[in-house]
Amino acid sequence: MLNVSIYRYNPEVDAEPFMQDFEFDAQGKDLMVLDVLEKLKVEDPSLVFRRSCREGVCGSDGVNISGKNGLACITPLSEAVKGNKLVIRPLPGLPVIRDLVIDMAQFYAQYEKIQPYMINNSPAPAIERLQSPEERAKLDGLYECILCACCSTACPSFWWNPEKFIGPSGLLQAYRFLADSRDTATEERLSKLDDPFSVFRCHGIMNCVQVCPKGLNPTKAIGHIRNMLIRSAT
Amino acid sequence: MVTSVTSFGRSGLSDWLVQRVTAIVMALYVLFVAAFLLATPDLGYSQWAALHKSLPMRMFSLLTMISIAAHAWIGMWCVLTDYITVRMIGPKATAIRIFFQLGMISMTLLYLLWAIDILWGI
Amino acid sequence: MANIRTMSFDAVIVGGGGSGMRAALQLAQSGYKTAVITKVFPTRSHTVSAQGGITCAIASDDPNDQWQWHMYDTIKGSDYIGDQEAIEYMCQTGPEAIFELEHMGLPFSRTKEGRIYQRPFGGQSKDFGVGGQAARTCAAADRTGHALLHTLYQGNLKNKTVFLNEWFAVDIVKNADGAVVGVVAINIESGESVYVKSKATVFATGGAGRIYASTTNAHICTGDGVGMALRAGFPVQDIEMWQFHPTGIHGAGTLVTEGCRGEGGYLINKDGERFMERYAPNAKDLAGRDVVARSMVLEILEGRGCGPDGDHVYLKLDHLGEEALNAKLPGILELSRTFAHADPVKEPIPVVPTCHYMMGGIPTNVDGQALTVDREGNDQVIEGFYACGEAACVSVHGANRLGGNSLLDLVVFGRASGIFIEKQLREGISLKDATDEDIQRAMVNLNRVNQSVDGENASVLRAELQSIMQNYFGVFRRGDYMKLGVEKLDKLRVRVENVYLDDKSNGFNTARIEALELLNLFETAYATAIAAEGRTESRGAHAREDFQDRDDENWLCHSIYFPGSKEIGKRPVNFTLKTREPFEPKIRTY
Repeated sequence: MLNVSIYRYNPEVDAEPFMQDFEFDAQGKDLMVLDVLEKLKVEDPSLVFRRSCREGVCGSDGVNISGKNGLACITPLSEAVKGNKLVIRPLPGLPVIRDLVIDMAQFYAQYEKIQPYMINNSPAPAIERLQSPEERAKLDGLYECILCACCSTACPSFWWNPEKFIGPSGLLQAYRFLADSRDTATEERLSKLDDPFSVFRCHGIMNCVQVCPKGLNPTKAIGHIRNMLIRSAT
Repeated sequence: MVTSVTSFGRSGLSDWLVQRVTAIVMALYVLFVAAFLLATPDLGYSQWAALHKSLPMRMFSLLTMISIAAHAWIGMWCVLTDYITVRMIGPKATAIRIFFQLGMISMTLLYLLWAIDILWGI
Repeated sequence: MANIRTMSFDAVIVGGGGSGMRAALQLAQSGYKTAVITKVFPTRSHTVSAQGGITCAIASDDPNDQWQWHMYDTIKGSDYIGDQEAIEYMCQTGPEAIFELEHMGLPFSRTKEGRIYQRPFGGQSKDFGVGGQAARTCAAADRTGHALLHTLYQGNLKNKTVFLNEWFAVDIVKNADGAVVGVVAINIESGESVYVKSKATVFATGGAGRIYASTTNAHICTGDGVGMALRAGFPVQDIEMWQFHPTGIHGAGTLVTEGCRGEGGYLINKDGERFMERYAPNAKDLAGRDVVARSMVLEILEGRGCGPDGDHVYLKLDHLGEEALNAKLPGILELSRTFAHADPVKEPIPVVPTCHYMMGGIPTNVDGQALTVDREGNDQVIEGFYACGEAACVSVHGANRLGGNSLLDLVVFGRASGIFIEKQLREGISLKDATDEDIQRAMVNLNRVNQSVDGENASVLRAELQSIMQNYFGVFRRGDYMKLGVEKLDKLRVRVENVYLDDKSNGFNTARIEALELLNLFETAYATAIAAEGRTESRGAHAREDFQDRDDENWLCHSIYFPGSKEIGKRPVNFTLKTREPFEPKIRTY
């Protein structure tokens, strides 16, 4: 039997959060952590977590699994269980709404701040805007972000200054548009990033790179933004 | 864009660049002094004073002192804006942070003036 | 007395997936007060899981490609019960809709010429079926749905659409004239119920693959729109038509794109034989999805399945080479390694046909207006009510959807609904206000769940429902089995309607949402069962062992299920094209 310890907090009922222990029989299968949560919810329907696609592309079920942020649906027990114990907590650093569900408003606000959409005011052609495969390749490793918040909630700089530091996820997306040959707002975008917090609170800790479930590298993207700032300001 | 009146260069990029450049200056100074000490096995007061009386060395020392001051300002400002915040310690944080920031800036400038006094007082 | 708060909008879109956000974008750009009610944050919608691409004749791979050929393929693929007028509109308008997405920033893969990359998909041909395989599916690697959904969300942010994120629509509010004037919705985070009033209510609620035990669909695909429409007394069309995708990962159910076969992968049985050569000598592994799925099941039934239980076949990709796989199918490598414990670079992926797509849904016209059928058999528009995307049946997919056509359906008809509603709003919409009783009527189910004192938990009932649907209404269907299935569903209905909610707390109570979703799943499943039992022929995805042939004399028509009488009727298929003579039904071979 596997010991599963889950963070519980329902503000309507509980005075304060607590860890609840469950005994779980995986029947020798290497289930995903989400499978475990689903099965436990059958026993205790009051257990609350987000989930949708269950294949690692929607970004709903980011949680802290035995100390490391990740997606419950693509983290197998073989990776998550340490000494017959599985500990599941909400992603750290953002307010908890209930159990494993966090309030992501601050995370989304930072995403919106970087103007996450194409800006190109020149008249559009009758067909697509052309882009070479080489130019398009610059977007690889950037556009795949699923906004699961595993990275930003693993980042100490984001913990301390979530209102001011954009965080790894937002910065990865900022670079996704800076790197796009079709976007023409480079200067405008850069001018909004040149303060001591938005980009420069990144101290290269690289927790984001370590936890990203899609294998993306926000630290590298932040480095590219910094280089672009240097090029445009010197 | 977040504005910051007590930061060193008021711009993230300039702070970042200053931080790197000052680090290089400090590293060079340490290397130079270390090399001088190694190359002068029986070092006495006269040699040490002669070194520091020369104008190039005075300039180098001054540059390093300024670098230390700038580096410390930026670094301390980061630390204070990480930990002395409303999020971390409650509503009085802003007043406390300004107090520490101004204290830190005053101390830094004071140390710098003191260093100049020492350098040119030899 | 309905003592709940009211929020008013010009247009409300229920569902934040591809079609909902495309409709919302159109309306937000027009300046009308628009809100999107979505039970998950928009980028968590199931559109995100679409992989291979969006089929459209943009003439990139082949400069001489024509949208008319795409139209022909789609009509043939639908087994001739797709409405030709709607298919013509989709294929003709498609390129414009795709280019708009590209201008919005969608990161399509590219050709050397800098144009959008297109790959071959099943059922695609040139020159009306005689010019060989076409490559018409526009792709962003194998993450096209993700790229599309994020681009649409970004477009909506740019245009300041109001999102009611993590709100769940419970039921439709109808006024005294039977017109739709909004929905009752729950704010999941607070638990508050609100009457969301609207002049135009668009259902873009997606599919309901979760009625089956094995599905590629997300947990959230629970047929909420179809369930609400049925409870409001509105009919659904062709709901027996469920697509089983040939390549779901065995055991996990996760999707492996048809693009794998488009890029040169193929299916093999336990003897290593490329068996599709026998079933579809010309198109082989790129025959229609219904054809491939049935062939796979036949291989398994005849003892040529793979694995210790012989219950799946293999999808072979390793011959394509690691470099090509990394460039074109990186997401598939990831999924296969995670869920099948198989590295496609070295070994084949175990796959099995898995419930994937609901071809049926709320019947609509090309403008997205929801339809019902009166006693004389005439179409009647339901005032104030619109549908688009998988929840709707416009019908461009008929009895079998071609790969890559769902994303096109989403953007073309999401856009069309938006354009039409904008026009109507400009001309002025006046619908009678809902009375307190009208609103109260839309809260009956919610109140019942909230006040439940006994009964069974939703998860138990859901599992039972899924197993009935899987066993009695799967890839192959038989009258006597289906009768038995309907009997089981009748018994289950009583228990589902008495579903028990133990946890009555307000804030983020997902058990409450799952109980309400169960009601929607059940209505969708029940309609499927009745319609499947009623259609006494085999057509497209609907394959009956007791009626193995297509019966154009009796069934070249839509089925239409009426929730009041729980019976099906027939609705004629549209055979009018604006640009040429309609395509007459032919025997469908690949």
